[in-house]
Amino acid sequence: MSSFDTSMQLVYVLAAACFVVGLHLMNSPASARRGNQASTLGMVIAGLATLILLIHSNSVTGVGWAVLIVGTAIGSAIGLYSARTVQMTAMPQLVSMFNSVGGGAAALIGIYEYMHDESLHTGVLGTTTVTSVLDVMIGAVTFSGSIVAAGKLQGIIPGQPLIFRGSRLLNIVLAVVVVGTAIFLFTTASLPALFIVLLASLAFGVMMVLPIGGADMPVVISLLNAFTGTAVAMAGFVIANWALIVAGALVGASGGILTKLMADAMNRSLANIIVGGFGTGDAVVAVGPGDASAQVRSIAADDAAIQLAYASKVIIVPGYGLAAAQAQHGVAELASLLESRGIEVSYAIHPVAGRMPGHMNVLLAEANVPYPQLVEMEEVNPEFARTDVALVIGANDVTNPAARRAGTAISGMPILDVDQSRSIIVIKRSMGHGYAGLDNELYVDPKTSMYFADAKKAMQELAAAVKTLVG
Amino acid sequence: MSTALVTDLTIFVLALLVGIEVIGKVPATLHTPLMSATNSIHGIVLAGALLIGVTAHSVAGYILAFVAAVFASANVVGGYVVTGRMLKMFKRRTPPLEKASDQ
Repeated sequence: MSSFDTSMQLVYVLAAACFVVGLHLMNSPASARRGNQASTLGMVIAGLATLILLIHSNSVTGVGWAVLIVGTAIGSAIGLYSARTVQMTAMPQLVSMFNSVGGGAAALIGIYEYMHDESLHTGVLGTTTVTSVLDVMIGAVTFSGSIVAAGKLQGIIPGQPLIFRGSRLLNIVLAVVVVGTAIFLFTTASLPALFIVLLASLAFGVMMVLPIGGADMPVVISLLNAFTGTAVAMAGFVIANWALIVAGALVGASGGILTKLMADAMNRSLANIIVGGFGTGDAVVAVGPGDASAQVRSIAADDAAIQLAYASKVIIVPGYGLAAAQAQHGVAELASLLESRGIEVSYAIHPVAGRMPGHMNVLLAEANVPYPQLVEMEEVNPEFARTDVALVIGANDVTNPAARRAGTAISGMPILDVDQSRSIIVIKRSMGHGYAGLDNELYVDPKTSMYFADAKKAMQELAAAVKTLVG
Repeated sequence: MSTALVTDLTIFVLALLVGIEVIGKVPATLHTPLMSATNSIHGIVLAGALLIGVTAHSVAGYILAFVAAVFASANVVGGYVVTGRMLKMFKRRTPPLEKASDQ
């Protein structure tokens, strides 16, 4: 390695260090913005180093420069536009698309380096083959899988699990083709074989995400995030660049941790989620005895408002239904109205509330809810016992006490102990089932009142009722 | 195995461990910005995409470099902007609410 190459590699290590510092500063909302700035600084350093390398190499052709500059300009414009205009409810789709293009770019780097090495007299080296093939494989699965995930989240592709006859067999065939061709490549250099790996991996990515249902999306996005990181690290191996290796490993670790947290929060194994088909109705188990005779008590806006206005502690339990109804601003208004009466208000956030990890927090932060009010499950659960009213909005399975019993589809899933509060108001459009296809035993609890309405409308009615009530 | 590959693998494994250590401390409240932040970090793939230009002297090379540059730059620019936008929304308390709770 020449001294120039060495110093450039060290500059890349500096950039990687900035990424680590940036992620470290994300350990609290107060320092997180500085974290993003540290990370941005690292990226600027890496960009400048790359520019110096390109100029110093003195072998980029005129066409090459034009291609790079125009490509970067177009990509930046697309990225900037989508980042500025995206709605916070659509954040999971955008993150998924960034996973997709990141994985896609990593795969393209692998393909190019393989093509380039093959044209040289030395041929493709063994280690280059292994890393290139892994890069193309993981990058391609991420690329197509993330597009399907984004399509499902956007509603372009149906959110229900899509399974057709022989789809699992097709998955196995694709996996065998990918692995088989990869093994062949380790012994024989062949560009067509690499393209077979590419195409089969793209198909596998699509087939992997299609059978996964909407509420399992937090797991899928986290997993694809981990894949993107791994693909980028592999690209780093291929071109021997430490910044790519470190950044890829960091993202891989993050995605892996989030995947595990999300799967644990649903008490389901990753394998069970990937096999898919959850929530199609075939997993329904009979509910405990005596529930058929239980009566549901419904309540009107005025009565609900009285309960809320004369409480001293209220916990709001938001679920994805809140975001779907665009009711987050209405909730925040009602909460600040209650707070102005001296009522203690907080939000209980289940780890899988929303369509990606932490999604509900962002939606509420956008509605100006101060972050100290957003309380995680372990912290908020002991609070329910001294809560006067728990207001459940658009959350279902995560509040179902049936999870504490054995033998139901959600048994063992950690839930919010909403049923411990003195009274419960559930806002829901109808008695429909949640994702797991189960009856929610909370709804027939004698302490529970059902307020049947659209969440957004319900918030307006409640706020108006509280105002007239207390002047 | 070459020394270079061993070095690269060592870096990879150590970075993975650092990642696990650092990310384990991020609170659940910030998981969406965290994922978005890691998204922008894997935008470093742009460096790899641009470096294709050093050896690309054929039409196929130019096409691959172009598509990779578009993908990677969308990733990196979009990732940082949207993370910043999200983190700006996390506030301890908004001024009008402060007044209200004082009453």
